This record gives sequence, structure tokens and C-alpha cells, in this order.
Amino acid sequence: MASLVLRDIVKKFDNTEVLHGLSLSVEDGEFVVFVGPSGCGKSTTLRLIAGLEETTSGEIEIEGRLVNHLEPKDRNIAMVFQNYAIYPHMTVRKNIGFGLRTSKLSKADKKARLEEVAATLDMTELLGRKPSQLSGGQRQRVAIGRAMVRDPAVFLFDEPLSNLDAQLRTQMRLEIKKLHQRVGNTIIFVTHDQVEAMTMADRIVIMKDGYIQQVGTPAEVYHKPANTFVAQFIGAPSMNMLSGEVAGGTVRLGSESEIETDLALEDGRPVLIGVRPEDLYPGGADILVWGQVTVREPLGPETLIYVGTEQGEVIAKADGRNPPEVGEQVKLSAQPESIHFFDTITGEALT
Amino acid sequence: MAATDSELRASSKTLLVARTPGKPANLEQIVRWLLLFAGGIMMVAPIAFMISTSLKWPHEIYNLALIPDEPHLENYTYVLEDGRFYAWFINSMIIATITTVSNVLFDSLVGYTLCKFRFPGRYIVFIAILSTLMIPTEMLVIPWYLMSQAFGWLDSYWGIMFPGLMTAFGTFLMKQFFETVPDDFIEAARIDGLNELQIWWTVAMPLVRPALAALAIFVFLGNWTAFIWPLIVTNSTEMYTLPVGLSSFSDEADVQWELIMTGAAISTIPTLIVFLIFQRFIIRGVVMAGLKG
Repeated sequence: MASLVLRDIVKKFDNTEVLHGLSLSVEDGEFVVFVGPSGCGKSTTLRLIAGLEETTSGEIEIEGRLVNHLEPKDRNIAMVFQNYAIYPHMTVRKNIGFGLRTSKLSKADKKARLEEVAATLDMTELLGRKPSQLSGGQRQRVAIGRAMVRDPAVFLFDEPLSNLDAQLRTQMRLEIKKLHQRVGNTIIFVTHDQVEAMTMADRIVIMKDGYIQQVGTPAEVYHKPANTFVAQFIGAPSMNMLSGEVAGGTVRLGSESEIETDLALEDGRPVLIGVRPEDLYPGGADILVWGQVTVREPLGPETLIYVGTEQGEVIAKADGRNPPEVGEQVKLSAQPESIHFFDTITGEALT
Repeated sequence: MAATDSELRASSKTLLVARTPGKPANLEQIVRWLLLFAGGIMMVAPIAFMISTSLKWPHEIYNLALIPDEPHLENYTYVLEDGRFYAWFINSMIIATITTVSNVLFDSLVGYTLCKFRFPGRYIVFIAILSTLMIPTEMLVIPWYLMSQAFGWLDSYWGIMFPGLMTAFGTFLMKQFFETVPDDFIEAARIDGLNELQIWWTVAMPLVRPALAALAIFVFLGNWTAFIWPLIVTNSTEMYTLPVGLSSFSDEADVQWELIMTGAAISTIPTLIVFLIFQRFIIRGVVMAGLKG
């Protein structure tokens, strides 16, 4: 059963429309990540689901129940906020128990539930502490605990990792993913970090300017981006975009290289050719572009090279042991199957 | 990281050098101490003279010596045996306590509403409240009096208290403090199923406790020492507040300074207690803010 359905959601703030008819269905137990640049409407969508904002039009269903006009507390959701929002004047026990205040459980059941959650999050011995005595990661766990204790149909996470340092973020990412595998509730997770999205999600929803750009598994959005925005947003460094022109059964790129393609397009039509840096390498037979190495970024196993070509600067991946020198002329190749084509005007993928 | 022995020894040596005994303090330090000393004297002198005068006989009160020639406690016995003093003390206590509680509750409730809710006319209400700060009390005394007369509030607790049950200053102060409470806390509580009044009381109020303590001290002191309005609105001696009552120790012919000072000395005790109770919240608030992040 779908645990969350969004149908034609429109949201206006005063006269500015920020969401333009969003539709999405989330399966029970799914981990869905909303990702996009700031201002894309992902947090607004989350707040609409939570009931902290009202939709201008459209329907929100949670577990088959229309919740548009329900208060947040009646929607069977729980939310984890970016800056944790754990109450500094309460102990961890009180903070986690806060979510149960309004529940109808007996006192003993509440206590058992609280202890169960604390054990799941491995913070039983921290229950008596105040938030000021906790580390950033522990505070985040308290916030998650407060959400978990209510066993909601849908968990909402609003950029919960962005306040943590890089190492802790990686660790919490893993913890949240493990937690999801254990408790199995539906999770809607908002982030602007595409790495978080790729590593945690069952499905990724990529948003821009209030529109959904693509919904798909991490593999789908990586290997089959729907348009240039998705192609360049997912993956780091960004996909290289080169311009070419259809000529017969091939796409002509610059003056000398051609790419075989089975796309049925009229001759002379301009197209964009997308190649990920990790698919573009010096040497090889299927030469695409060439130029002079301007900068090298050694990453250990591989080295990123920035190459000035007649199409502008492109990024390619070279072997980490003997990368080309700065100033060296290189010819860059890519396997035909790793090349993406997009419409020059709309940016849509051509298939 | 633990410092090694030699490091410790070295640092203790530099500390010793920095404050070698006998080395004359520099001019800047001397000026700083003098200024602080002068400020301290200005703060303490009136209290010292109040206590000193309360221990003097009437004939020595114009002798400005800080230590009385023949210190005695007769004035205290006299004031405390005068039944009126207790009535005034209790009047002041009741009025200052009720106004303090009322201000802490209602100023923060209105401040919270103005800060955290978006409703039409919110800005106008805020400006209207703020603009009352521009009207001096002296100008309001006559309308208040006429109002009290019309409603029959003259010479009653309610009459003394009503102008101060809520203050624009307190509302403004609380609004500003609630701005520092992140909306996430309030939204989290909303999702956790609290109603708006519960959110205010259980989540927002504890987070602004230092501000509440400061407000409580201001309001209590303000009402404890209020003079003009209680003087005007009360007629009977029994309804006097302490400052009004103490001033009645003076008449046209004679001002009994030693008695006034005795009463004043006794009346500072509750304000000291209130300050001691609430100041720890202020100090703790500062510490909490320091640890955050």
C-alpha cells in the first residue's frame, strides 16, 4: 500500500507559486530522498506533508487517509529538524518521552516504549543527561529517538545531517540507513547533498524550481538522467556537456570526432553530448575531445585532469599512478554506451 | 593534552614575572581602579547613609558622620511597633507580587503571540503597544485617576495595581527574547501534539527563563518603589504602600529622617531576596548561551 500520496500539490506564498503541481506516490517502507538546490521547494514539500504549511491546492494522503485539513499531530508523522529542535531544558528521557505525551498508552507501556527506543539508538545510559552534555551526533540521535518513539507511518527528515561535520555525517548517514532497515517505516528525507541522496535512498526525487525533474532509483538517475539538470546535479564532479550536431547515423562533435548513434534524429539538429568525468579518460580508441591539461587534482586511486579543449574545459579521470603532466596534450575517449544525448533547447534526454 | 613538568614550570615562571610583587602598577591600571572605586562609592554611599541614619538619634541626623556617635536600634523598635508599618509592608508585598506574576505571564503571552504568529494587524498592534512607551507616567496619572474614580477603584488594591498589570516595556522585552527561540522548537512541539498554549508554557517559556527573571526583577522593584500613583490613588492610611507610608513620617513642621531611613532599610530586604532568587537564572542563562553551539 502506498503510505504517502501527493496529488497535484500547488503551494503559493502570497502571490509567488513555489510548487507547481507536484505528484508522487511513496510505497510503504520506502526510503525516499528529496534532493535539489536551495529554493527548489523540497523543504516546503516536507512541511506540507507535516502539516506545518497548508497546501494552496492538491491532495495529501497518508496511509490512504486524506490529511489536508488535519493538524500535524493527527497525521501520524514525525519530523526530525535540521537543528535537532531538542529541548535544552529537558533531559534526554523527557525529550524522547515528549513525543508520547499525547499518546493513549499506559504509563508502563510508555516507559517500555521509551526504553526500547533508547536501546535501539544505543543511548540508554544517556537518558539522564541534558542536551548540553551531549555531542552533536548524540543530539541528532535524541531527535531521531523523539520521532521514533511514536512509531509514525511516515518519518520526515529535514536536512538532519547538515549541521554535523563531514566524518560524523558519513557515520549518521549509515546509522539512519541501518535504522531504516531495522524499523522499516517509510522515510522522506530532504537534503541538498546528492551524495546523501545517492547513498541512502531507495528512490530519489530530484527537484528544481518547484518541479520534479526525475524520480528514480539512485542507479536510474545516475545512468539515465532525464535531463541536463539531473545529469549535472547527480554525480561529482558534474557531467561534462559538449555540443554536437546530428549528421547521418552519427553525432558530429567539433571538427573531427564522430559518435555512432541509433537515435533517429534529423540531420543538422544540434544536440548536447553529456559524458561523466569518470567515463572520460586519456588514451583509448573512441576519441571524443582533445586538448591541453591545465590542472591536476590527485585523489589517490585516480587523478582528475582539467583539459582545455575547443569546446571549453572538460574534466576527465586519469590513472592515479601516472597521470598526464600539466601542459601535456591529451586525447580523451569515452565508451559509446556511457555517452548521453540531450536536446539543446529543452535539455531533455534523447533516447 | 597534558603539559610536561618543564612546560608547567616555565609557564608558572612567566606568571610570576607578570605580577612581581612590588612592581608598581601602570597608570592605566591605577585610573581603572580609581574609576571603579568611585563608581562603587556612588552605589554604596546612599545605602550606607540610609543604614547609618537609621541608627542615629534625631539630633545627629544632620551630622554627616557615617558612624553614629551613639548607635542604637530604637528607631527599628519604633517603626516595627507602629502597627501601620506592617499594613504598608503587606500592601506593598501583595501589590508587587501580583503585578510581577501578572507581568511575567501576560507580557510574555502577548510578546510570544506578536513574535511567533502571523495575523492581520499584528504590526499595528505592536506599534500601538510600543507607542504607549512614549507617554510619560505623569501625563497618564490624571486619566488613570478619573478612570479609577468612575469605576470606584479609588483607595483599593485594584486601583493601585491596574496601570501596571501589563507593561509595554515587558511585552517588547519578551517579544525580542522570543525571537531568539528557533521556530523549529515550536513546530516540533506542534507535531508532538501540543496545543498552542501548551507550547508557550512548556517549550517557549523555559527557553526564555533568563528574560523572565530579569523582567520579574524589574517589575518587582518598580512596583515596590512606586510612589506617585499609589500616593494619588490611596486616601486612607491603611491602603498606603511602603514608600507612601514612609513619606508620611514627614509633615510640614518636621521630617523624621531617622524613621524614614529605618523604614527604607527594612523595605530593601524583600527586594534583596527577590534579586537573590532570580539573579541565578540570569547568570545561568548567560552560561547556557555561552555553551551553545
